[in-house]
Amino acid sequence: MSSEPLLSRAFADDRLELAAAGSWTAVHANELEALVDGIARDAARSRSAAIDMRRVHEFDTFGAWLLERLVRESKALGQDMQIVGLPARFQGLLDEVHRTGGEGPPPPAAPNPLLRALEALGRGVAETGRELVPFINMLGALCIALIRVIVHPRAFRLTSAVHHVDRVGWQAVPIILLITFLIGCIIAQQGFFHFRKFGADVYVVDMVGILVLRELGVLIVAIMVAGRSGSSYTAELGSMKMREEIDALRTMGFDPVEVLVLPRVVALVIALPLLTFLGSMAALYGGGLVAWLYGGMSPEIFIDRLKEAISVTHFRVGMIKAPFMALVIGIIACSEGFRVLGSAESLGVQTTTSVVKSIFLVIVLDGVFAIFFASIDM
Amino acid sequence: MVIRVRDLVVGFGDHIVLDHLSVDVRRGEILGFVGGSGGGKSVLLRTIIGLLPKRHGSIEVLGTNMDRASDEERRAIERRWGILFQQGALFSSLTALQNVQFPMREYLKLSERLLKEVAIAKLRMVGLTPNDGDKYPSELSGGMTKRVALARALALDPEIVFLDEPTSGLDPIAAGDFDALIRTLQQTLGLTVFMVTHDLESLQTVCDRIAALADGKVVAAGSLATMLASEHEWVKAYFRGKRASRLASRLAHSD
Ligand SMILES: Nc1ncnc2c1ncn2[C@@H]1O[C@H](COP(=O)(O)OP(=O)(O)OP(=O)(O)O)[C@@H](O)[C@H]1O
Ligand SMILES: [Mg+2]
Repeated sequence: MSSEPLLSRAFADDRLELAAAGSWTAVHANELEALVDGIARDAARSRSAAIDMRRVHEFDTFGAWLLERLVRESKALGQDMQIVGLPARFQGLLDEVHRTGGEGPPPPAAPNPLLRALEALGRGVAETGRELVPFINMLGALCIALIRVIVHPRAFRLTSAVHHVDRVGWQAVPIILLITFLIGCIIAQQGFFHFRKFGADVYVVDMVGILVLRELGVLIVAIMVAGRSGSSYTAELGSMKMREEIDALRTMGFDPVEVLVLPRVVALVIALPLLTFLGSMAALYGGGLVAWLYGGMSPEIFIDRLKEAISVTHFRVGMIKAPFMALVIGIIACSEGFRVLGSAESLGVQTTTSVVKSIFLVIVLDGVFAIFFASIDM
Repeated sequence: MVIRVRDLVVGFGDHIVLDHLSVDVRRGEILGFVGGSGGGKSVLLRTIIGLLPKRHGSIEVLGTNMDRASDEERRAIERRWGILFQQGALFSSLTALQNVQFPMREYLKLSERLLKEVAIAKLRMVGLTPNDGDKYPSELSGGMTKRVALARALALDPEIVFLDEPTSGLDPIAAGDFDALIRTLQQTLGLTVFMVTHDLESLQTVCDRIAALADGKVVAAGSLATMLASEHEWVKAYFRGKRASRLASRLAHSD
């Protein structure tokens, strides 16, 4: 049966006689479309036409639409295509397709590619300017929520905040320790390798101590936290937004910022300094270990040297920065979460944006702090 | 027999949802499946299409035992059924039209023009306009989501369609149209329909047979008259309760 031609034609005088057969179904739709289009092109030569559907034994929407298209196209050529012998059980479907089929509205004309590129560029620039708006919005909303919570301390979601401290703080400890430890090792190794050339071995301790306490400890930890916890905040809030959970909260008279954002940001502000402290210690430990095993500097000497090289100021500089970085990460993560629209794709886009933006801002903030501390001689 | 389920047991943890359930769906019929909320109708549907694991029993679809089917056989069967999920389950990053085209693109080699025309025809069939085709799922109303999901379920002109509460969330007129559409498609395409529904109206007007689920089993199956005559507590409450009495009286008049 599949060997039968789906559509064959014959001319009788100036009348076109078509004979259809076999399966007019989805699987053959491609072949069939080519046949139908070929006929429509030729049909102009004849004045009248008829299609015999008697030997079609399978017929579905695809077949029905192609038949309908054939009829419409021949009609457009001023010809009257008659359908004969369509099995009664297929008539309903043909009627349905006759009613529903069609081109639909024409697609909007594609604009000039150059114009489109220019438009995209312009939009990009304008958007960049507006990128700061959600951040400032969220900062404001957070301040309002904070004031409200200070006035009514019972409104603070303590359980939720503790839960998040556990997630972003406690559970992050092993990975943070591991990474900062390795960073400490690497810095010390590099230091010995290069400083040894001009006999400045002892200064490796100064470098490790100051670099870790002032800059690297807090920066590495903040970047880790932005990637680990910031992204999960964005994804959580984004999927809640997608499923209208945030709207539901709002209609019940809750402020989503107070219920969802404040505990998360507070948790980060608590967790990040603690992680920074642990991370810095791990990095110093790693540095000391390398100094001993690779640099041949005994632990006693390392510690003595460290006491001379660093002061509480260096430690304080690192620790002061931590809560501000936490605030930036938390606000970016939450505001990007609220910007998620309906689709799964936008969830992905905002999560990426959240991580990229918060890492970028963390580094910018670090630079600002460096200038600030330099100008107050810290 | 298009679907043959025997002795099916499905549970989550120690919560047994389906308890030695057996049900048949015959070729070309519309089977209405009723049962209380949380009774396990969606679970049965998801088990038949292979989304949930079963603990015991056998499932045969289109003559193929789904346990013993090779991957290729499974794919061939999957191409021959369409599913309307209770929540729609549209792909959120595709427009309505692209959602309908998605299975067509995957399984058929069609020209862009035909793809577009047929997809628009499907959207119109379920009562949407071509303009709705450009909307994303998050921009559709609840009822429109249902319709797009039906259009997608019908995209490949399947032999079996599983509908999980297709008419909930539609206004009565639209629900009636929906029922009429299912009827037309069933008659013209020889479609077999497995329809979970709470809509007494559709049960009366389109379903050839009804099966009632209670306590994890099919407790009654047959025509509406069989349901009305059933002595099972739940079936009695369902079909002869206040909301159903209007229907019963109407049925009595028509006899
Ligand atoms: N993934 C799952 N994990 C655990 N329990 C589940 C899961 N899916 C369903 N259930 C349980 O199985 C039971 C049957 O659920 P099901 O969704 O089949 O109900 P239903 O008959 O479709 O109800 P409705 O008419 O409200 O849609 C419920 O008690 C539900 O809690
Ligand atoms: Mg359900």
